[in-house]
Amino acid sequence: MVSARGLTKRFGSSEAVAGIDFSIRRGEVFGFLGPNGAGKTSTMRMIACMSPASEGTLRVRGLDPSRDGPTIRAGLGVVPQQDTLDMELTVLDNLLVYGRYFDLSRRVVRERAERLLDFAQLSERAGSRVDDLSGGMRRRLTIARALISSPELVILDEPTTGLDPQARHLVWERLYRLRQEGVTLIVTTHYMDEAEQLCDRLVVMDKGTIVGEGSPRELVDKHVSREVLEVRLGEGGHERLAGDVRGRVERVEVLADRVCCYGDNGDEMLALVHGLGYQPENTLVRRGSLEDVFLRLTGRSLVE
Amino acid sequence: MVLGLALPSPRRARHVLGRNLVIYRRAWPLLATGVLEPLFYLLSIGLGLGHLVGRVDFAGHELAYKQFVAPALLAAAAMNGAILDTTYNLYYKLKIAKTYEGVLATPLSTADVALGEIGWAVARGAAYSATFLGVMAALGLVPSPWGLCCVPAAALVAYAFAATGMAATSYMRSWQDLDIVALALVPMFLFSATFYPLTAYVGWLAVVVQCTPLYQGVLLARSLDIGTVGWSLALNAAYLVVMGLAAMVITGRRLERLLAA
Ligand SMILES: Nc1ncnc2c1ncn2[C@@H]1O[C@H](COP(=O)(O)OP(=O)(O)OP(=O)(O)O)[C@@H](O)[C@H]1O
Ligand SMILES: [Mg+2]
Repeated sequence: MVSARGLTKRFGSSEAVAGIDFSIRRGEVFGFLGPNGAGKTSTMRMIACMSPASEGTLRVRGLDPSRDGPTIRAGLGVVPQQDTLDMELTVLDNLLVYGRYFDLSRRVVRERAERLLDFAQLSERAGSRVDDLSGGMRRRLTIARALISSPELVILDEPTTGLDPQARHLVWERLYRLRQEGVTLIVTTHYMDEAEQLCDRLVVMDKGTIVGEGSPRELVDKHVSREVLEVRLGEGGHERLAGDVRGRVERVEVLADRVCCYGDNGDEMLALVHGLGYQPENTLVRRGSLEDVFLRLTGRSLVE
Repeated sequence: MVLGLALPSPRRARHVLGRNLVIYRRAWPLLATGVLEPLFYLLSIGLGLGHLVGRVDFAGHELAYKQFVAPALLAAAAMNGAILDTTYNLYYKLKIAKTYEGVLATPLSTADVALGEIGWAVARGAAYSATFLGVMAALGLVPSPWGLCCVPAAALVAYAFAATGMAATSYMRSWQDLDIVALALVPMFLFSATFYPLTAYVGWLAVVVQCTPLYQGVLLARSLDIGTVGWSLALNAAYLVVMGLAAMVITGRRLERLLAA
């Protein structure tokens, strides 16, 4: 569906995307996970033929964005990071007008618009001004708008950033439905849980490069232990704790506010910490996650 | 590709006009202003002031002042309408509402957006001037059948100025910058042989006036209206065509830089 070799994006002298390779298969949900400034949006814009690649080869649905931009975009749905709804139009008109940009007939556009308003749970707001919608509603409208051309590939740049948990779950549920219908989805996010929930495969990006790739499970298995113990000491002393347990657990990381110990058995690690005489303010034993993968691969935590 | 720019597709660009129609369908009183502006000038200056002025010489014809001024107002209104559409209105869409960022995720390209917005300004200019020409006819100010060609002439004026306005707006950084446009436009409106004949100017000034784009439009509209048609008018028309094309190339490059970096 999409393949890239040495894909690069430069803005002046800075490299936003520094020669990345990936390939996305038909029907999968493919994620780009990374912190602010990793180059996710720059990559999305290149795939969406909205911004030319500085270097490298990119093929989208078998076509070359530098030559066939309009043709590629005709089969693509795009949900940009910032909503780009038409502020001068009503909710319904946003869908109708957008559909016309794809050269669809008025009849087809109207049918689909009604179905999509329903899909986005916005039927009651059809006549509202975009200004009057909540953030979550706008996001849903943006997603609905991206689907007006019945695309087989949809690009979603941080679809749920800024939404409350309920609104996020609604968006996820809509995305599952699309996947069930066979639509290929590309999703960027800096939420671990989102990547874990949604993505069949993903790449972890940092500073314009890809530092890891695979399914969420594979990534965790490959880079992180089965269990993780998080320890918060009230009075500091995190470094000392790390020194004491190093060598007796698989791996240990000191973060700004906690120490993470990696190993097969979290309870055993906790017993070790207690045995060394520490009285932590609080502790947490959990399974290894993408958050840990990111920490492992970049030495930094994803969301501070 | 021409000069490194992708060519626009009229088929795609027409949907930009479609969008603007949806908006103005709801705000049609705004559209009426385009007809009212030249009408007020015609009533106040052409008919009112005209009483004091008497007759004016144009290309060997003695014209009533209102007859002299009316076609010029038609051309000037086409200019003003096109500039309004492609400066203030366009600046809002380009920089404030960011209308085109959504549009460019569809098959439309920056060239299509440029063509569509210019097409919209031309369509509006043509519609206004057709209406105004109707008013002129009712007042007995369209003596020649050539007068009908004032509508395409006004559309040509709208085209040249819409493309230029768009190119200029692509360089604007704030609303204040837009005032520069007014600074260039008002003198052009007043001094392009709009309200008095070219013979009012001394030698070199007359040459300057004949070089302004609005002068071409005024001359075209006035000549067609009273039927003094000659091949030399093709030069005036060519001036406007070239001006529009050059501005479109600049606009295409600028929009690509602003919107598709
Ligand atoms: N139009 C631009 N001009 C100049 N620099 C840019 C432009 N767009 C992005 N950049 C730079 O490129 C780098 C990558 O930005 P990008 O928006 O792709 O990151 P991102 O992963 O989407 O981040 P976020 O999570 O904050 O959205 C950043 O350093 C950013 O400052
Ligand atoms: Mg981004």
